Amino acid sequence: MENKSFEGAQKRIEEIIEDLEEGNLPLRESIDRFKEAAELLKFCDKELKEVEMSIQKIVDKDGKIKFEEFE
Amino acid sequence: MTMASHTETKVYSVDEITTHIKNLLEKDVNLQNVFVKGEVSNFRNSDSGHIYFSLKDETSIIECAMFRRANRSLEFIPENGIKIILKGSVDLYKPRGKYQLIVEELHLTGDGELYLKFLKLKSKLEKEGLFKESHKKLLPKYPKSIGIVTSPQGAVVHDIIKVVKRRYSHVRIVIYPSLVQGDKAKYDLVRGIEVLNNLNFEVIILARGGGSFEEIWPFNEEIVARAIYNSKAPVVSAIGHETDFTIADFVADKRAPTPSVAAEIIVPDEKEILKEIIHLEKRLYKQTQQIFEIKKQTIWHLMSRPIIKKPWTVINTYKQKLDEETNQLRQATTVWIKAITEELKGMNGRLNALSPYAVLDRGYSITMKKEKIISDIKDINIGDDIYTIIKSGKIKSEVQSKNGE
Repeated sequence: MENKSFEGAQKRIEEIIEDLEEGNLPLRESIDRFKEAAELLKFCDKELKEVEMSIQKIVDKDGKIKFEEFE
Repeated sequence: MTMASHTETKVYSVDEITTHIKNLLEKDVNLQNVFVKGEVSNFRNSDSGHIYFSLKDETSIIECAMFRRANRSLEFIPENGIKIILKGSVDLYKPRGKYQLIVEELHLTGDGELYLKFLKLKSKLEKEGLFKESHKKLLPKYPKSIGIVTSPQGAVVHDIIKVVKRRYSHVRIVIYPSLVQGDKAKYDLVRGIEVLNNLNFEVIILARGGGSFEEIWPFNEEIVARAIYNSKAPVVSAIGHETDFTIADFVADKRAPTPSVAAEIIVPDEKEILKEIIHLEKRLYKQTQQIFEIKKQTIWHLMSRPIIKKPWTVINTYKQKLDEETNQLRQATTVWIKAITEELKGMNGRLNALSPYAVLDRGYSITMKKEKIISDIKDINIGDDIYTIIKSGKIKSEVQSKNGE
């Protein structure tokens, strides 16, 4: 899964769980899916916490964009 | 009509007095072809095509009628609450004894004029497809960056920030400070949308607090509408009060009734997401464990089968069975051979009984010519050599004579 997003990852995890719940997968494949889902969960967690809260304002002067802290 | 003298008391009919009043009104130049301004209320259409309404200000009200001939050229349909200037003449409507303004022209003023502009632009952009549901972009579920085009002063921006902070602590908020009223505001709004798009913001809020129709007007400007329409990032509008609708609201990918609600729409509740993730994690582990459990049990079950547990027992059992079967086979064969032997013997006896040699035992003989038994007298001739076989030997003789036919 290239260019993965939080939403995409979450959807994929759900798919995997559903596949596992159906219980028709060979063991090897079940393990592979589990590994994939566990990785995606890690990714989601990281993704959620990646950005630190910040509040800035743009100064748009003479065609140049600058950021300043807001308040 | 002349007024009565004091010497003679004249009695008027209702029509006479009404007609007199009507004439007075119509003769007064101050009441004919005058301009009057006020607010429209109690507006109503009629089947005849005439329109009726009241024009009022803070203290007074006057009934107005605009006949079809005059209102045909109107470029908008008046509504209650709009401010207008009209040109008309005061007239008395005799059947009801009611004075009224007969309206010849009707013009929007102030907000009224803006309102007309708003309606025109709205229908133009709607026809062009700028409000189409199919063009509206989905909001990201978990945005990492939010751009806000609004005034850096005032409660609006703080309301938004407060709500975002409460719900979600992993997002970058950037404000593009903009004028939000006055003639120049539209340029700021357009520029803000463009700049935030160039910086790849995931979602943009266009916000303003409440104000008069004139004050929120920049959000009804065509260039603002087009900037929203062309924005790559979805735009959420949060302009004025819940009851205010601007063109920007119609074009926006999502309209929020207030700035706080905009923040709620855009930003998920972090606690909820974490709960969701934890729930997924639990389901995944539980399900995988269950699969292992099932597979393990299958293996255990297989392991407990005798062939795996005590293979020799099984093999011995088969061996024993094989021995038994071999024995049975052997016995059966013996019996069979015996039976066959007996039968053969019996058959021999029966064969013997039928044999010609058995007849010889009883003293009979057989006569042969060459190798053939003679059974017909015609088969032999005088002088033939014949053989007679008796029990104990063979006699050779020559036929000397024969009898019989």
